[in-house]
Amino acid sequence: MSQDSVLISAPVATENAERGAAESALNWLERLIIPVGAILIGFAIFAVFLLIVTDAKPLAVFESIYRAGFGSWFSVQKTLIRAAPLLLTALCVAIPAQLGLIIIGAEGALVMGGLAAAVTGFQLNGAGPMFVIFAMALAGMSAGGFWIAISGALKHYRGVNETISSLLLTYIAIALLNHAVSGPLRDPESLNKPATPPIGDINMLGNLPGMNVHAGLLFGIIACMIAAFMIYRTVPGFAMRVIGGNVRAAQLAGLAVGQITLAACFCAGAAAGLAGMVEVAAVQGSASAAINAGYGYTGILIAFIARQNPIAVIPAALLLAGIGAASGLLQRSHGLPDATVLVIQGIIFLTILASETLYGRRRTST
Amino acid sequence: MAINRRQMLKTAGVSLALTQMGSIATSAFAAKTVNIGFIYVGPRDDYGYNQAHFEGKQSLDKMDWIKAVDQEKVPETTDVQEAMESMIKLDNVDVLFPTSFGYFDPHILKIAKQYPEKTFLHCGGLYKDGVHPKNVGSYFGYIDEAQYVSGVVAGLMTKSNKLGFVAAKPIPQVLRNINSLTLGAKSVNPAITTQVIFTGDWAMPVKEAEATNSMISQGIDFITMHVDSPKVVVETCERKGVFVGGYHANQAKLAPTKYLTGAEWNWGKVYTDYAKMIQGGSKIPNLVRGGLKEGVVKVSPYGMAVSEAARKAGDAAKGALASGNFVIYKGPIKDNKGKTVIAAGKSYPQTDIWLESMNWLVEGVIGQV
Repeated sequence: MSQDSVLISAPVATENAERGAAESALNWLERLIIPVGAILIGFAIFAVFLLIVTDAKPLAVFESIYRAGFGSWFSVQKTLIRAAPLLLTALCVAIPAQLGLIIIGAEGALVMGGLAAAVTGFQLNGAGPMFVIFAMALAGMSAGGFWIAISGALKHYRGVNETISSLLLTYIAIALLNHAVSGPLRDPESLNKPATPPIGDINMLGNLPGMNVHAGLLFGIIACMIAAFMIYRTVPGFAMRVIGGNVRAAQLAGLAVGQITLAACFCAGAAAGLAGMVEVAAVQGSASAAINAGYGYTGILIAFIARQNPIAVIPAALLLAGIGAASGLLQRSHGLPDATVLVIQGIIFLTILASETLYGRRRTST
Repeated sequence: MAINRRQMLKTAGVSLALTQMGSIATSAFAAKTVNIGFIYVGPRDDYGYNQAHFEGKQSLDKMDWIKAVDQEKVPETTDVQEAMESMIKLDNVDVLFPTSFGYFDPHILKIAKQYPEKTFLHCGGLYKDGVHPKNVGSYFGYIDEAQYVSGVVAGLMTKSNKLGFVAAKPIPQVLRNINSLTLGAKSVNPAITTQVIFTGDWAMPVKEAEATNSMISQGIDFITMHVDSPKVVVETCERKGVFVGGYHANQAKLAPTKYLTGAEWNWGKVYTDYAKMIQGGSKIPNLVRGGLKEGVVKVSPYGMAVSEAARKAGDAAKGALASGNFVIYKGPIKDNKGKTVIAAGKSYPQTDIWLESMNWLVEGVIGQV
């Protein structure tokens, strides 16, 4: 397999080498200017929307968004906490996207990961916190990975559309969670808020040194970096992108499309499953219906804003987390409804998608 | 002036505090503007749980020394921790009312430890003395008393003797409402049955509508509910021409001809009492509970369809409960599997902690936990 990959990558590599440093710098500039420009245009459209639909002053609203999301160390920490699960759920979309798969089931993988982590946590409670946290992470990643791998397998072996199957699997996961926490896994102590038994305070994931932000943020950033390295710097990552470019060509080249699809889907699900583990181990302390909070769906938005690039997921997640963090202040000081942040998110999503067609224009014009 | 205020507070405090295990010192707030923050899990105008709290907040508007801010649709995740901290840091809030049940553990407990000088008052009655931080308080009402009255009215108004109950989850609070409604109805009409359908979650409008429709097609002619927003159920009942009993807030507007009565929260009274305690600098009890007697819950005014006999019986039940002498859970009571759960001669008054772990349905309820 590696020999085939070398054969395919050889012309690409020479092409890369031929391009001058200036050329690649311009490419980078293009990749920076277009999304930033799209976001700025999105904000401008939002300002017009505010002027037409509400009495709020756009500049004051933007000032509030900045203040709530990034204006102080306190706000920045809150934004980072919000971003932590979103980094991981966005990866659940961005990794399969390299193979041309549109997986939108991050919420389901998160829920399964959270449930598995909670069960592992309370079963092993007392076995030493480091070990328990490690085991919880492993359980969460395995459960989430397995969940998205089902979609991958259905796609590869049965031709089932992965978008639909991953979405439907999410509903199954949520139903399983609700059944488990109100039935077989219910803590008898949790009377009016059905939940699994607690994993124990000693096994909770702590804060990062010097910050009021839990370690889940670090997991997210490391996962994004590993994913980027895997996708852009390794043979399997290259194979993924070949499959994404043309499945037939990949098969003809002898790539093990099925195995790679399953492995990529497993990694994607593992990322979202880890987000579920973090939600249980750093925030909730047990699994309950509260872990199904929509992070998986916001992850889809972020992955698309990041154009499925794992490194770009980091700023995209921070941006959306900051906007999300502003919801409260917009309600309290401008009297705007909760849906305001959804309007901003929707507008930015559209301007980013619309800007897709701008890529590559520079080269044709020179 | 100060003495007058103290006296007034004393009466307010006594009427409010049914169970008092500890208290929160708030002397720092005396005679200055108090900033209060409310947090709701759903929209302010849901005709249900959140609207009931929002209306409670609005009743503070007439007190000019209070500045109240609020935030809606805050999920039970780090979002609510962030909302609380943001209110504390950016709006200088002194007292917080995070109103959703699931906000308490771990979110309020965590933030309350970080801000010991702030007061956190949570709706749900979960405070445990010695376990939870001292600056946390909890309040809740025995709303099943109002459901009992609703049951009395429904029991006399039903023609088919079949009542329906659309419920979110089989948890003790919900089961207690179902049981009290059924016991109320059976007290005036032993032949009635209550069909219960659990939707699985607090806000499932589609499932709630399906449940309502399927009950109506079974011949059920009175439906009530315990879900966050009763709007869909109430509107469906009005359209299909069956009686409906409200919950959380007053939904009479949504069913002008079919609304019989309803079990409502009276948070306006609770919040006003708290505000007065805060202003007077008196101690706030950590645990505040009450029912019809204390004014924490109320019964909606009877709708136009309610007969004279049903009004009389409803008023009698309301009066008995408001006097505090009437006990709903008085043996012998059997569950719907035929097992005696409360033996003859045994009774559990409203404040009895045993009732709070209820996991059975009373005889006459069709459905299972």
